[in-house]
Formats: sequence, structure tokens, C-alpha cells
Amino acid sequence: MISMAGKAIRRWWALFVLPTFIAFIIGFVVPFIYGVYLSFCNFTTVTDAEWVGFSNYGKALQDKTFLHALLFSTLLTIVTTIIINVVAFAIAYMLTKSIRGSNLFRSVFFMPNLIGGIILGYIWMLLLNGVLAHWERSLTYDQKYGFWGLVILVCWQQIGYMMIIYIAGMQSLPTDVLEAASVDGASGTQTMFRIIIPLMMPSITVCSFLTITNGFKLYDQNLALTNGAPSRMSEGLALNITNTFYGRVGYEGVGQAKAVLFFILVAIVSLLQNKLTTSKEVNA
Amino acid sequence: MNAEKPKHGLLWTIFFSMLSLAWVFPIFLVIINSFKNKAYISDNAFSFPTGDAMVGFDNYVRGVETTNFFASFGWTLLITVGSVVLILLCTSMCAWWIVRVNNWAAKLLYTLFLFNMIVPFQMLMFTLSWLADRLGFNTPWGLCIVYLGFGAGLAVFIFTGVVKGIPESLEESAMIDGASVPRIFFQVVVPIMKPSIISVAILEAMWVWNDYLLPYLTLDLNKYKTISVAIQYLKGGYGSVDMGAMMACLVMAIIPIIIFYVICQKYIVKGVMAGAVKG
Repeated sequence: MISMAGKAIRRWWALFVLPTFIAFIIGFVVPFIYGVYLSFCNFTTVTDAEWVGFSNYGKALQDKTFLHALLFSTLLTIVTTIIINVVAFAIAYMLTKSIRGSNLFRSVFFMPNLIGGIILGYIWMLLLNGVLAHWERSLTYDQKYGFWGLVILVCWQQIGYMMIIYIAGMQSLPTDVLEAASVDGASGTQTMFRIIIPLMMPSITVCSFLTITNGFKLYDQNLALTNGAPSRMSEGLALNITNTFYGRVGYEGVGQAKAVLFFILVAIVSLLQNKLTTSKEVNA
Repeated sequence: MNAEKPKHGLLWTIFFSMLSLAWVFPIFLVIINSFKNKAYISDNAFSFPTGDAMVGFDNYVRGVETTNFFASFGWTLLITVGSVVLILLCTSMCAWWIVRVNNWAAKLLYTLFLFNMIVPFQMLMFTLSWLADRLGFNTPWGLCIVYLGFGAGLAVFIFTGVVKGIPESLEESAMIDGASVPRIFFQVVVPIMKPSIISVAILEAMWVWNDYLLPYLTLDLNKYKTISVAIQYLKGGYGSVDMGAMMACLVMAIIPIIIFYVICQKYIVKGVMAGAVKG
């Protein structure tokens, strides 16, 4: 079934679709397909690729730094996803009530989002190294400093963003349901856990999706804050993959194989998460 | 649930005021340190720039000279504006076509764009930078096309959602009046899409302005650097970092963003909400 307008519009594909399509082929489709192919090859530049089957994947999975980066990214993602969502939800909840100055507070909390990852990394390097200097330590002294430094940085950056999404969700909550709850004598905790949180599940789905993918994809902040120091122990997956590509000649194939594994991981995690939280959504 | 007065309203205001001060403290700290002699920055980050430590704008002068900051600023601005304009124009047209035509080709294309949204950049960075180099896209102008290709997914996704909500009868009546297809798009559809166009512009601008790895791998770095790339270059290889120049560059990178934020805050918040659509 195609409408009259649709028929007329279809003929204009060259103007409407072609520019985006060509850019998409160059900027996504070809690099993606070629990337998958190269993950099965040995190469130093794209043109001298030689098919080696699954050996790159074998090397990638035996690489201790890669497995450590996987653990690092996973832990970082879990910790930041929980902290960011709980804190952002709590701040959003308070700031939708009529507190004096709440618009100003919203603006302040959101502000770090506009600053780029590299810049954020150096801001926090200064601050955290300044604090750690009291104990004559620095961020690169031990991986746990790098880890928690990155947690603080990522929370500072993203809480405001998620807060905005939660505020939008809370402002569209149906007032009649909440009024009915208070007429029926529901306590604050009951209203929160039985009514507000279930009704907020769509926002929670979006925010946890964003925080999880951001956690795994984290690169700029990781590069600027510690660049993996000490000895690649504070390296997340994205940084580990980039360092494999550009840090060791002859390991480009392994880097590409890691990248494919990384893509599969991100895809599976985000699909699972989406299924899980979507299944908890209710209608008012 | 709005406008309900919480208990202890004043206490909450005080609490959030303290929290807000803590929130801006890192930026305040960078500004203070940008006026300090570089030797004092690492040792004593929390002291005020007084006496010997105070160097006025020396760090700024050195920062601008070593990074060629204003050139980087210009390139970043050019790349951001160019990419955003290109993305808005091309993807809005593409999204309209996809929704209205809705045949197998349109559906396939839409699925590909959805797929694009979950692929991390590391998956394509090697092949993409190679291809961009081969095609001569290692200039700011070429980079705009790369951004259009790699960033099309989210923009198309948001725009198709918007177009689906526009009644087709509007376009059909314009067609009966004899308007051509491009004219219908630009004079009937675009004005309706305007709020979401602004939102997508904000989202894409935030991404392109701050992006580091794509310009770093794609651009010819002898000629062009973006702000993020220039700042990362200050860190250099293994040598010591000029923390003074670094702090000055950080401040110079942050201030335009904050000015932009103060002016466009309303749109930025809307943009974030528009981006929060379920994937």
C-alpha cells in the first residue's frame, strides 16, 4: 500500500536519499564489512591483508591485557551505571518539587556534559592528583586510583544528563494516579516503589541503556586521565583495542578481532538490558 | 506531581547549593591554576596564585603559541558547523523519504541506520581512517562527510519518529495545489520539523565539537587539529607536560562552551530529551 504522496516522493530518491546513502556507505558500511573481513587477516596496512582464519581471535582471547581491560570495563560499567542512575533519579525527584533555585541547580548539574572527554580527563587529573599529593601518591600509582578516579569523572559528567531525562519522565507522570495513592493513604516509600518507579521504567530503560553503552565505549576520559597507567592496568576495552591497533606493529589483526568481539559484547549487553528493563514497564 | 512543596524546603536549597558549588569546583580549580607558574601546579593544586606563583596571563600566551589554539578553534568550529548542517539537511530529507515511501528499500535502509547506532567506533576506526585517507577526506571538509556517514543513524532515527507523527494529508493537499516534491519538503515539512531539527543540531554539535578519536585518526594533523587533538598533543609523548599551558588551554576550551550553554540552554535540554528515545 503506497499513498499518492509516497509515489511522487519515491521518484526523488536521488535528491533525498542518495547523499546520506553515499556518505553512509563510505562512513559506515564499507569500513564495517571490511573491518569484519580484516579481523580474519594478518595485516599492517589494509592492502597487504592475508587470510589467517580465527587465529587473531585466539590471540585476542589469550591476551592478558585484553581480559584485564574487559574486567576493568565491566566493573566500571556496573559501578557507574548504579551510581549515576540512583543519584540522578534522586536529584531529579527532589528538583521536580518546588525547591527554591531548582532551575539553577539543574543547569549546574548538567553543565559537565558539554565538555569534551579529553578536557574532562585533564580537569580531573589536576584535581585528583592534587588530592592524592597529600599522601604522596598519584593517579598512576595503582590501578585502583585510576579506576575510582574514572568512576568519579564519569559520574560527574553523566549525572546531569540522566537527571534531565528523569525530570522529563517525572513531569509526565499521571497526577491522578499519584493523587489516588495519597487518598488511599499510601506511605512515601510505598508511593515510590509501587507507583513512581514502575511508571518511570521507560526513563530507567533509556538511562541505563545510555550509561551502560557509555561505560563500555569510554575512551577519551580514560586516555586523558591515566592512559592505562600503571602498566596498562587502568585500561578499558576501547583504549586497549586502540592501543593494540596503533601501539604494536603486526598486531593490527588482533586489534581488529578484539574490536569485533567488543562490538558483539556491546550489542548483546544493550539488547539484553533493553529486554530486561522493558519487560518491567507498566501502563498507568 | 509538580509544585508540591517538600518538607524542609530551605534545607534542601542549602543542600543543593553546596552540591552545586562542589559540582563547579573542578572548573574553578582549573581557572585558578591557569594563572599559576607551572612549577606550582602539580605540587600545590589547591593554593591560590599569590606571590611567586602568580604569572598572570603567561600560561595563556604560551598555550596559544604552542598549540596554535586559535587555528584549532577555527577548524573545530568549521568542522562542527559543516557537519551539523550537512547532517541536518541530508538526514531530514532521507528520513522523510524513508517514512513516506516505506517500500523494501526504505525499510532496509532504516534497519541499517538502526544497526549503525549500536556499533562502537573502535570497530571501524582502522578501516574508516584508511578509506577516508584514500578518498582524500583527510581535510575538515572531507571530515564533514565522514561525520554524516558515521553519525547518520541517530539523526535518521529521531527524524523518522517525527515524520511519522506528521499527517500526510498536509503534503497531499499541497501536492494537489501543484507544489513540487522538494518544495513540499522545504515549505511544508521542514517548518513542522523545526523543533526537532534544533534538538538534533544540539546533539550532533555536542558530539562533533568534543570528538577526539575520529578527527585524530582522519585529519592530516600537520595542517589541521581540533581543540581536543591540540590539547592531547600538549601531553605529547614521554616528555614532561607543560601544566601551565595545559590549564590555560583547558580554560580557553571550556569558556566558549559555557557561553554557548548559557545562551542556548533551553534548546540543549530539549535536545537531550529528544535523544532519549528508546532504541
